[in-house]
Amino acid sequence: MKLALITDLHANRDAVEAVMVHSATQGAQRLAFLGDLVGYGPEPSWVVDFVMEHVRQGAIAVMGNHDCAVVAGPPPTMAPQAREVIDWTRRQLDKEQLTFLSRLPMSVRDADRLFVHANAFAPDQWAYVVNRMEAIRSLHSTESRFTFCGHVHEPKLFHLASSGKAGEFVPVPGVPIPLSPQRQWLAIPGSTGQPRDGNPAACYAMFDIATSNLTFHRVPYDHEAVAAKVLAAGLPERLAARLINGD
Amino acid sequence: METEAPSAREPLAEGQVIDGFRLEERTHRGGMATLWRVSRVNPSDTDAAMPLIMKVPRIKGGDDPTTIVGFEVEQMIMPALAGPHVPRFVANGDFTSRPYIVMERISGTSLKARLDAAPIPIEEVTEIGYKVATALHELHRQHVVHLDVKPSNIMFRADESGQPGEAVLIDFGLSRHDRLPDLLEEEFELPIGTAPYISPEQVQFIRNDPRSDLFALGVMLYHLTTGERPFGNPTSVSGLRQRLYRDPDPPRALRPECPPWLQEVILRCLEVDPSKRHQSAAQLAFDLHNPDQVVLTKRAQRRSRHNLWHSIKRWFASMGAETKFEASPTVQTARSPIVLVAVDVVSAEPRLLESIQSTVQRVMQTAPGSRLACLAVMKTNRIGMDELTEKDGSSRHVNMLVQLKHWARPVAAALAASKMQTKTSPQGQDTRLTFHVIEAPDPATAIIDYARRNQVDHIVMGARSNSVLRRYLGSVSAQVVAQADCTVTVVRAADAVQ
Repeated sequence: MKLALITDLHANRDAVEAVMVHSATQGAQRLAFLGDLVGYGPEPSWVVDFVMEHVRQGAIAVMGNHDCAVVAGPPPTMAPQAREVIDWTRRQLDKEQLTFLSRLPMSVRDADRLFVHANAFAPDQWAYVVNRMEAIRSLHSTESRFTFCGHVHEPKLFHLASSGKAGEFVPVPGVPIPLSPQRQWLAIPGSTGQPRDGNPAACYAMFDIATSNLTFHRVPYDHEAVAAKVLAAGLPERLAARLINGD
Repeated sequence: METEAPSAREPLAEGQVIDGFRLEERTHRGGMATLWRVSRVNPSDTDAAMPLIMKVPRIKGGDDPTTIVGFEVEQMIMPALAGPHVPRFVANGDFTSRPYIVMERISGTSLKARLDAAPIPIEEVTEIGYKVATALHELHRQHVVHLDVKPSNIMFRADESGQPGEAVLIDFGLSRHDRLPDLLEEEFELPIGTAPYISPEQVQFIRNDPRSDLFALGVMLYHLTTGERPFGNPTSVSGLRQRLYRDPDPPRALRPECPPWLQEVILRCLEVDPSKRHQSAAQLAFDLHNPDQVVLTKRAQRRSRHNLWHSIKRWFASMGAETKFEASPTVQTARSPIVLVAVDVVSAEPRLLESIQSTVQRVMQTAPGSRLACLAVMKTNRIGMDELTEKDGSSRHVNMLVQLKHWARPVAAALAASKMQTKTSPQGQDTRLTFHVIEAPDPATAIIDYARRNQVDHIVMGARSNSVLRRYLGSVSAQVVAQADCTVTVVRAADAVQ
């Protein structure tokens, strides 16, 4: 069973469509959306409908901080630019879509896999896992062997041995990584809808449940066209530039 | 997380079947692992004939990171490897129930036996070195640094007559795959490796430089040549660190019949700074395969160790130089290619010869660690006796070599001028350039074979410009393009296309 891990879609329809085509050729049989379906991007309504339909068919989806902000109102700590887009996004969504977002679970556990947007230690506080200490804290907070999360937009893989030693790794796209059963793993596929590692191609990862092989992928799409849609929607220019520069 | 596997503690017995493999005979019981000859209960068609072994880790007590992580690393890396220089991977056993690796059993012997017989004949040292360097290059090309190259980890496949053939590298428990997480990176507070062979940078915890494997190979070549270990077998970290500032006795001081070129090669492998070693295993294999082309530097002439003052200076230098090396197998093999330029110095048009010069310069300048082998093929008759007398033949040979060197002069000058050329012999000869004249009835086949034997990455050659000649004689370059294993650039004279 191959599981496509798609996160931080950020209302970017073109990126999501490109990832769907790619993951289909890679044999994806199930989808997991790790949160932040909306925010930043120009097509929140399409992306929410898309995820809603897949959840109906058995896909996993968890709540991200942008999804939460759209239904509950932006928290005071949210950056002004993100806040502006949250208000705009809310106006784009109908009641059914907002209800769907509001009912997204904070985390999902399936066998030895945990799906969560930010981290395992306090999923609703949205602390980022950017270094080993935070990865260790998250891995200590769960019994699950594999944690799949988003929130951080750059692809990254952390691992924790039984000896307590942790390591981190920046994955090479397209290279399957066998996740050894002797340790715990925390994988961040990287953002589909707004990559930030200098490469504008959409990120996602594929986990083969039978072999425990995890492959990170990059999928190029017409990000310039989406940047144009961001501007046409009247969203901040900076958000268009981010898609083009991948930052 | 629990790593102890209760079933892993149960003793294995002959005849037992694990996941479809029947244990036939225990062939080895080491400190880290036990090896069993196994067979498939239900042989499949694909590998029914392949002899198999099962490697089972020996887990001592509950927490033995060396064995556990080392085996975890090997289970991760082995399935990613292919080719004749590694055992073929067959299956991994799940660590949580019964950890094992089933792989191809190499029928030959390990290098250990020859080491015990050292010093051995110089020709044999050279041949072993060439085979091991060739195997290491194949491994590095697959993004893996072995990091525990030593005689017991090198096997030789028995060829049809039972003689030792190709080298096969085994035991990837300390290895590093450039494109997979390094599970050993954080695990240990002491340098990991085998004391006599561990490279200076491994002592400094650097685990991604393929040139570390060349250092270890240098230690073996030194031992095979002299019967002695260059750095002994230290048991403490300070003992290991000595190799950062104390150089060994030159091989010729211990074995006078060691040729200067071999001393040059061995001492170059043992350089503390990886950038002073051969830049790729293929370049080392090239030197071992072409001894007459090894440019001799002061290393070849050295009769004794450097004096105490020199060691003290290097000791001070070693204190601060902890992490300056940065190379990975992917980067290092890519920037250190062997380029072969095949030049028809006798009959090619001058304009074409010029175009080849400038193309070669461009190729060389993009890769600072590259080497250039200049090759001319002297065509011999296919059938029957050559009309030439031996004397004519040898003067023709010399004449071609002279012309080849003359042709390469502007290339050497351009390399020197571009400041990239830092390695010269005392005579000012560029160590990156070598010259070869070979005799063969069919130039294309000769070029392809030469490239294959020397693990050439890129062939540059001219196209025959005269279409009439090409029609009657055929195109050498077309055949090379079609049949070579590597990249081929075919050069035309700048204004040949009208």
